[in-house]
Amino acid sequence: MYGKGLRPLSIATVVGIAAALSLVFFYAPLDADQGFIQKIFYLHVPLAITALVGFIVGGVFAIAHLRSGNRKWDAYSYVSIHMSVIFGVAVLITGSIWAKASWGHWWVWDEPTLVSFLIVFLMYATYYPFRYAIEDPERQARYASVFAVTAGAFVPLNFMAVRMAQSLVHPRVFATANGGLPGSMMFTFLVCLAATALLWVTLVKLELTAKSTSGQLKRLRRALDAPAPGGGGSRIAPEVS
Amino acid sequence: MTPSRTAYLTILAKDLRAELRTLQSLPAMALFATTTFVIFRFGLDRTELSGSLAAGVLWATLLFAALLGVNRLFVAEREEGGFDAIRLAPIDRSALFAAKATALFAYLAVLELVVVPIFALFFLGSAAALGPLVAVLLLADLGLAATGTLISSMAVHSRARDLLGPLVLLPLVVPLMIAATGASEPLLAAGGPGYHRFGSWLAVLSLYDLIFLLLGWAVFDFLLED
Repeated sequence: MYGKGLRPLSIATVVGIAAALSLVFFYAPLDADQGFIQKIFYLHVPLAITALVGFIVGGVFAIAHLRSGNRKWDAYSYVSIHMSVIFGVAVLITGSIWAKASWGHWWVWDEPTLVSFLIVFLMYATYYPFRYAIEDPERQARYASVFAVTAGAFVPLNFMAVRMAQSLVHPRVFATANGGLPGSMMFTFLVCLAATALLWVTLVKLELTAKSTSGQLKRLRRALDAPAPGGGGSRIAPEVS
Repeated sequence: MTPSRTAYLTILAKDLRAELRTLQSLPAMALFATTTFVIFRFGLDRTELSGSLAAGVLWATLLFAALLGVNRLFVAEREEGGFDAIRLAPIDRSALFAAKATALFAYLAVLELVVVPIFALFFLGSAAALGPLVAVLLLADLGLAATGTLISSMAVHSRARDLLGPLVLLPLVVPLMIAATGASEPLLAAGGPGYHRFGSWLAVLSLYDLIFLLLGWAVFDFLLED
């Protein structure tokens, strides 16, 4: 039942990404200061925004799980955080490439957004060992939800603390989104953001579908009294009914 | 007295009495911190510290010493069946959170009472910074007590509890450490204590404390269900 709507969603994502990439390379003007390398901005920033929103969404699903006790929400929360961690790896890599190209170093400590993102990423990276170490599935789901809520509250607090820790404000290469960005760049950026968000939603839905299918398969096997090959399923990931 | 308050006071008194009789956590934490200072003396090859270096050494040491206390916080409850007793008792479960956080706060305060003068003796030229430093220490302890209690109560039910507590707690307290070192750095500056952005750092510490105390209070019920 999770598979419903996956096909149109995937098609929309492919169209969205194709449109976004063609806008990036054929429509958006070259940046006067940085030239071609600035184009990574259209990949890096939407990925970062999507990942952060995904972490918060995971926290909201976790609240739904704690309030209702329905394990479905825990699976949603797990998949949201999982996908955002994967997006987070891409954010750190693209950020690193961009930093190397524009500042000459692979890592810069005085760029507060990048440092905050690293700390948030490290926080969510502990979600997996944490979840994995709790054996009872009921308790695992509950504790993982508490983790997701706590970490969700931590995200804005961390951004605030890191930004305050900068003794001098680093010159911003780009003015903030609604500041000095020319209209054509802004439009391209928004299309890229929408395409990335669509990609996130599609991948979350795909993983939920895969999990629910393998859960069904496992139940059918059990009904037939045939053991699953390879011991069946991951021990970390929640099951979806 | 409401039943919750009675439960809170009873659990807190039990914890403090148990610590006083067994001395399981505090001496170890103080010894650990003192030895860490000695290691920093050679690691940094400095006999006197000031400014950001002093703040960094002090807070890194206090944080790691605090982890020792956090790890042991719920071990007795787990091993002696205290969690089951709390679950059976007709009391508000949040009383356990409040009592444990207060106990951890008390451990940290006692630890700092011993260890911060030692730090001043080892590394600081004068003790002038210690007065205003108390405010930073108390606010940071409150935040550590809130997050430490929350994470410890979850980690104690896992397979790798000694590993998991510090692993999850460290990234969670990064904002707290940023604010604590930010406030301490001008206090410990070489030319006598300064108060650059002292107020705003204290505000960040208070905000952190408030958020995680409320959060711990709100979610603790879910951690005890079974």
